[in-house]
Amino acid sequence: MFTANKIPCRKSFTDTLLGLARKDKDILAVTSDASGSVTLTDFAKELPGQFVEVGIAEQNAVGVSAGLASTGKKVFVCGPACFYVARSLEQVKVDMAYSQIPVKILGVSGGVSYGALGSTHHSLHDIAALRTFPGMQVVIPSDVRQTKKLVEQLVDYDHPVYVRVGRNAVPDVYENDDFEFVIGKANTLTEGNDLTIIGTGETVFHCLQAAKMLKEKGVSCRVIDMHTLKPADTEAIVKAARETGRIISVEEHSIHGGLGAIVAETVSQNCPVPVRILGIPDENAIHAQPLEIFRHYGIDYNGIYKTALEFLNT
Amino acid sequence: MINESLKLRAEKIRLRLIEVIYKAKAGHTGGDLSAVNVLTALYFHTLDVDAANPKMENRDRFIMSKGHCAEALYCVLESAGFLTKEVVDTYGDNYSPLAGHPTVKNPGVEINTGALGHGLSAGVGVALSAKIDGKDYKTFVLMGDGEQAEGSIYEAAMAANKYKLDNLVAIIDRNGLQISGSTEDVMPLESIKERWTAFGWDVIEMDGDNMDVIVKTFDNINFSNNKPHLIISRTTKGKGISYMENVPKWHHGIPTAEEYEKAVSEISERICALSE
Repeated sequence: MFTANKIPCRKSFTDTLLGLARKDKDILAVTSDASGSVTLTDFAKELPGQFVEVGIAEQNAVGVSAGLASTGKKVFVCGPACFYVARSLEQVKVDMAYSQIPVKILGVSGGVSYGALGSTHHSLHDIAALRTFPGMQVVIPSDVRQTKKLVEQLVDYDHPVYVRVGRNAVPDVYENDDFEFVIGKANTLTEGNDLTIIGTGETVFHCLQAAKMLKEKGVSCRVIDMHTLKPADTEAIVKAARETGRIISVEEHSIHGGLGAIVAETVSQNCPVPVRILGIPDENAIHAQPLEIFRHYGIDYNGIYKTALEFLNT
Repeated sequence: MINESLKLRAEKIRLRLIEVIYKAKAGHTGGDLSAVNVLTALYFHTLDVDAANPKMENRDRFIMSKGHCAEALYCVLESAGFLTKEVVDTYGDNYSPLAGHPTVKNPGVEINTGALGHGLSAGVGVALSAKIDGKDYKTFVLMGDGEQAEGSIYEAAMAANKYKLDNLVAIIDRNGLQISGSTEDVMPLESIKERWTAFGWDVIEMDGDNMDVIVKTFDNINFSNNKPHLIISRTTKGKGISYMENVPKWHHGIPTAEEYEKAVSEISERICALSE
């Protein structure tokens, strides 16, 4: 139904990084036998002196990255999101967040990207876990253009950051480069008064599609791309609550502790309005292709559309 | 003479350490004491560091992987001028800038430690950075022996071998005891020498209770042999306070007033002897 961009976000990330690294020898890519899945093969071939391979050892990958970054290197440690926010979680907590060492994690194939490979390979807890680490920042870009802008900002960004992108190419949310991207500042994609739909990462496209379908029903939706989960743009959330009176949050993440929690925590303390939280419930996700998982749990455009109609009628 | 001055320095640090622990009613006394000689030799003989410029670009790096022995590090950093006496005096107080494990908020600390098995990976990163940039600073990491059960250490050991980090020195404070008792009862570690040799490291054994031996060992590290260096520093837990030596309960035991006086008296006697 929708045409994906030909380039997955992970490739947009590493292509951009390679371009920057050619001009800045302090940029290093560290990985854990994941250069293929991260799409770092070109980087490794062209800039072997800026590429560090530590084998299947995520704990060490993060620790080594922190050591490198402590000397001023601009370090991107890259690998499957699922392992970097579980196996090496303590290294992220202590060596990066607590030590305030500005390593950047590129977690690829995040959320349910690995589909039927099962829960070992899903990372549906990353927002919840990482946003409780003081000083840690979390960004989930929604498409290739945003990913490119993100990498350009991250190189000299003086905070530890976790970035999650998916495995497969996704449709564009931004049709050209003419948009603002600032870490911590949400992007309002469409204005509306009846309802706000806030998405993050790959769900943002589905939020936009749902808003289009709702428009045909005469419903005016605001759509917000909450690319940064920490620090989240709470002003945008409060404004949406005040101006539209209802919010649906949509995330490729557990319904506990992620974007929905951020929205609920924010509105309940500032401008209480009804909220619906769409995400993966407290179960191990079904074994299926990623889009079928989206459909099954109602975080695709159709599920969001149905939830919105039901929500507006309550 | 250098060694005599280091021995005196180490005893003065022990005296300050026991004072800090006694006042704070907190500390990992046994492992602090076993590490004091090595820390003293590092900061007053081996490391190229500058208390007036703790972020000096080409400084040697030290990482206290056995972060629970923070008090020993703080007392050494005080003696070396990185921390003031006023700051160290707050150890154990509410709102003290000093946590029970080292943090980068304090000058001289490169990375926060306290969760075990992290320091060597960070050390590998620091040493690798020096290699990448062709800089000649050295990186030292002090680990505990109980810590050797942490699997991440061996991930780091492999990486150090892969990248031929002969500018990296890991030291194991081999005092033989951990919180629950003998390391060999809790999790057998021997042969540490064969294990690390098999990982491709240059393994050196030394008597870490003997300052002359420590200095000689540090002076003789071959920093151009393409191998990372592992020093097994054989020490005595609780070193320098007779009733604490080799007694597991002093892992984080706090002396009573009477015990404190006895400790002060023992250390002071040695200080007097060394001062003559």
